[in-house]
Amino acid sequence: MSTRLKTGGRFTDGGAQLSFDFNGKKLKGVEGDTLASALLANDQMMVGRSFKYHRPRGIVASGGEEPNALFNMGGTDDFEPNQRATVTELFDGLKITSQNHWPSLEFDIGAINKHLSRFLPAGFYYKMFIHPRPLWKHVYEPFIRQSAGLGKAPRAQDRDPDTYEHFYHFTDVMVVGGGVAGLQAAYAAALTGVKVLLVEQTAHWGGRAPVDGGEVDGLPVGNYVDNLVAELSAMDNVTMRTRMMGAGVYDHGYVLGYERLRDHQPAEIGPRHRLWRIRAAQIVTATGAIERPLSFAGNDVPGVMLAGAVRDYAVNFGVSIGDRTVVVTNNDDAYRTAITLKGLGLDVPCIIDARAGGGGALAEDAKALGIRVENGKAIAKVKGTKRVTGVSLCVQAGEGAELEEIACDAVAMSGGWSPVVHLWSHCGGKLIWDEQQSHFRPDAERPPMGATGEGFVSVAGSANGHLQLAELIGDAHGAGLAAGRAAGGNAAKATIPEGAPTSENPVEPVWLMPQGAGIKLRSKTWLDYQNDVKVSDVQLAAQEGFESVEHAKRYTTLGMATDQGKLSNINGLAVLSDALGQPIPQTGTTTFRPPYTPISMGAIGGEARGKVFQPLRKTPLYEWSDTHGSDWEPVGAWRRPFAYLQPGESVHDAVNREVKNTRENLGLLDASTLGKLIVKGPDAGKFLDMLYTNMMSTLKVGKCRYGLMCSENGFLIDDGVVARLDEETFLCHTTTGGADTIHGHMEEWLQTEWWDWNVYVANVTEQFAQIAVVGPNARKVLEKLGGMDVSKEALAFMEWADGTIGGFDARVFRISFSGELSYEIAVPASQGLAFWEALIEAGEEFGAMPYGTETLHILRAEKGFIMIGDETDGTVIPQDLNLHWALSKKKEDYLGKRAHQRSHMADTDRWKLVGLETVDKSVLPDGAYAVEEGVNANGQRNMFGRVTSTYYSANLERGIAMGLVKNGPDRMGEVIEFPKTDGTIIKAKIVDPVIYDPEGAKQNV
Amino acid sequence: MLILECPCCGVTGEETEFHAGGEAHLKRHSVGSTDDQFEEYLFMRENPRGVHLERWRHNNGCGKWFHAARCTMTLEVFGTYPAQTYEPPQEIKDAISAKRPGWSWRNFS
Ligand SMILES: [Zn+2]
Repeated sequence: MSTRLKTGGRFTDGGAQLSFDFNGKKLKGVEGDTLASALLANDQMMVGRSFKYHRPRGIVASGGEEPNALFNMGGTDDFEPNQRATVTELFDGLKITSQNHWPSLEFDIGAINKHLSRFLPAGFYYKMFIHPRPLWKHVYEPFIRQSAGLGKAPRAQDRDPDTYEHFYHFTDVMVVGGGVAGLQAAYAAALTGVKVLLVEQTAHWGGRAPVDGGEVDGLPVGNYVDNLVAELSAMDNVTMRTRMMGAGVYDHGYVLGYERLRDHQPAEIGPRHRLWRIRAAQIVTATGAIERPLSFAGNDVPGVMLAGAVRDYAVNFGVSIGDRTVVVTNNDDAYRTAITLKGLGLDVPCIIDARAGGGGALAEDAKALGIRVENGKAIAKVKGTKRVTGVSLCVQAGEGAELEEIACDAVAMSGGWSPVVHLWSHCGGKLIWDEQQSHFRPDAERPPMGATGEGFVSVAGSANGHLQLAELIGDAHGAGLAAGRAAGGNAAKATIPEGAPTSENPVEPVWLMPQGAGIKLRSKTWLDYQNDVKVSDVQLAAQEGFESVEHAKRYTTLGMATDQGKLSNINGLAVLSDALGQPIPQTGTTTFRPPYTPISMGAIGGEARGKVFQPLRKTPLYEWSDTHGSDWEPVGAWRRPFAYLQPGESVHDAVNREVKNTRENLGLLDASTLGKLIVKGPDAGKFLDMLYTNMMSTLKVGKCRYGLMCSENGFLIDDGVVARLDEETFLCHTTTGGADTIHGHMEEWLQTEWWDWNVYVANVTEQFAQIAVVGPNARKVLEKLGGMDVSKEALAFMEWADGTIGGFDARVFRISFSGELSYEIAVPASQGLAFWEALIEAGEEFGAMPYGTETLHILRAEKGFIMIGDETDGTVIPQDLNLHWALSKKKEDYLGKRAHQRSHMADTDRWKLVGLETVDKSVLPDGAYAVEEGVNANGQRNMFGRVTSTYYSANLERGIAMGLVKNGPDRMGEVIEFPKTDGTIIKAKIVDPVIYDPEGAKQNV
Repeated sequence: MLILECPCCGVTGEETEFHAGGEAHLKRHSVGSTDDQFEEYLFMRENPRGVHLERWRHNNGCGKWFHAARCTMTLEVFGTYPAQTYEPPQEIKDAISAKRPGWSWRNFS
């Protein structure tokens, strides 16, 4: 059994007793524990069920690479799945449940899958669920969705009660990793006088060194670490952070840091996580190395653990994994585990060393302690299901014939160490295969490149492939000095620390144990614990032709789980290489992508949630509308009233009332969001002639003209009314959405094509409140307020004038988007609310009512006016909308003119704008397609048109619509069919899009 | 996330301050051009592994367009220059030549 030893642990000594809840069981831990060490101290080795076969799984590692020990954590609001026990610091009251089992961890129905394992090989889902197609939606997809993914998602209605923040930081040197190498590198960099940021993902400085032992400068390495931490803490130019991970390295020295402030002390106040957005001139990754599992049958049985992790739990937490631990290895480091366990009085029945020549000095030490060592041997298979009960010993060079069974309750395995190269690789650093040490390590000749073309990332310590303390300490010191100097530091003098040399025999690559294991063993030999991928799966993928490592990964799902294959990738690609008969470097690695380990969505969002998620644009009338029944509609970052609801009224009722009232009496619209661009200069007319399809330079001062804008591709991008303010000045109205983009469009052409033209553009959209006064009583209310002459004689249709109305400075445009008598009146933004209230008050006797965007849309649709974004979608040209009259024939050139000459633009079969009148007076669904007989190449019904705008018109008491139909204008009167999503069909007659007042008499009074 | 220097206002800023605008030094073809010329102008773009001349706008800053000479492989920035030009200035060409001898891009080298 696993249990707490009396000997104590580095992190837990003197810690208070804590209690926590695991699947409803109350368990005890100690302050300083991780959740993993606390579970192990309670003999809770089995922590979950595997993804595919629901096999019992135990804790394998002691750090962020842990694949199995994932838990649901928290209550309802703060619920989070897939929390790793190995990096979760224990606190009093911690509550977790295990994942991926039903009905219970001990008894699980899904475990039946293990008997089906030969039916669930690599690529199973791809092979199984393709045919028959109709089963996909109702049978296969629900099944896969239910089976897919570990843990469950938080409920949509819950809101995370915690807060998160972003933090910006600029530094000369950033060192990632606070092990002995990172500390040494940071210290050396700091000596050069530059600003240094040192981060460590765990709560402790020193990394593995104090567990592994050794000496630096004559001191035990643990003491050396303590001294370094003390010196660094005293340096003004050094910032140190524990519980902070270097999550990703990006272009030009951008780094994301993920700091966990309150995960270990949830009762404290303040943000839970902090995302650091860092710019560093130089980055040193001292990210250490991760131990690889060995591939033998039953290597996933609870009780099989990485040798380094077994040592960590014993030394750091005083927790033993078992009473009798067999050690199996291909390198010398695992002997340290055996020696450590023996020193704690625990039984180590055997060290199984796959190397025929065995180990070096450490092996001699182990033998001297009386531990049995078997060289050239292997584990044929592990006995036990929910817990290791023994191993069968065999010859590594053979096929797995059992020599003897060794009883044990734990197995400590080591397949060698792989440098953590993730951060080096994120931004393009290349790797080389180190044949001697059987691992990929950074190639210093090919680092990630910065803005100046020099490398900006270097590597220190075991992350650089230096696994021996004597080597790595000098390597880290050099890396720190070089980074400091590259970042502008001085040539600091410092003595290079010296580590006591050790004598180790080299690792020997062992990718399968035993070497000749048959299919029965290989199909019980796990590579990826989290995604349940076995040696036999990767071999099958290779056999089926998935030769690229990226393809094999996706086909088998190796390395695609939440741990991203930290334990499995190297072993997997070694098996793939072997199956393909090619050396490992030729197979290569899959791409390393940030973040290094998962970071919370909360941290990514930071403060940007709720009301501050996006700044809201409000017109001067926002508050008034909000208190007068506005049903808000988001329009870009603006909020516009969709309709103004009176008490007890539905949205639909309100719209119908507004539509009728505007046609019959008087409607007031907040049109302030319309874009208003001032275009000014001697060449302003010439410039607008290029931007609009029609002629603007001939517009007379005091007049308005409707204009269209196309892109260089010929497609419609915006429309609006242009007013000429004086000889050199135009005011261009754009759509609400176009205010910023058309401003940018104008700037782009002025700056990059016609930079010698004398024109300036200013976006004055928010300087004015603009109110449309619309309806038969429009003139009456303005005359009542008094001021400038707004009679037909003084201010005709499509004219504008400056003056005062009711004492307000106003610019009045006689333009109409509704077909009614209409004045659009701009007043300074600060006067907008007062002017609006004056109109409401004066208009009462004329039936004044505000109206929203839906009424605006319906009124324009009744007039057949197009709306950018409804009738246009980036593929529509003016000719499609029968707007030929707005395309100047006199102008030599304008944006879009050449494009309109391209063959498919001039095609007579293009879909063109028509009105659509439903036979049964119902409202057509928006976006519905008109269909005819026959099918296209994809087997879909042939289509020849679609609905672009569709509304219920209260004036006509029926649905009205516009659409684009092939040869539409030539098919007036024809009845065409629009299938609905429920399978029924609506018939509609093709009609003229202008339904209301085709002569335009009403607006011109 | 790149760091670029705006040649118009002199600010050295993060990529989020800027907006990429595609290839630089396009020659506008319009009315009177052949279909091939117009197609080339509208659609045909360089996609080099290496030296590239591209447009950027300092849209969250001074609002000005400028050009950058950049390596698409290493992300090295050889220099930035105002957009009001038909070809990269000599000092930009020299800066590229110093790092990538023998480079060429469309008609420039
Ligand atoms: Zn600028």
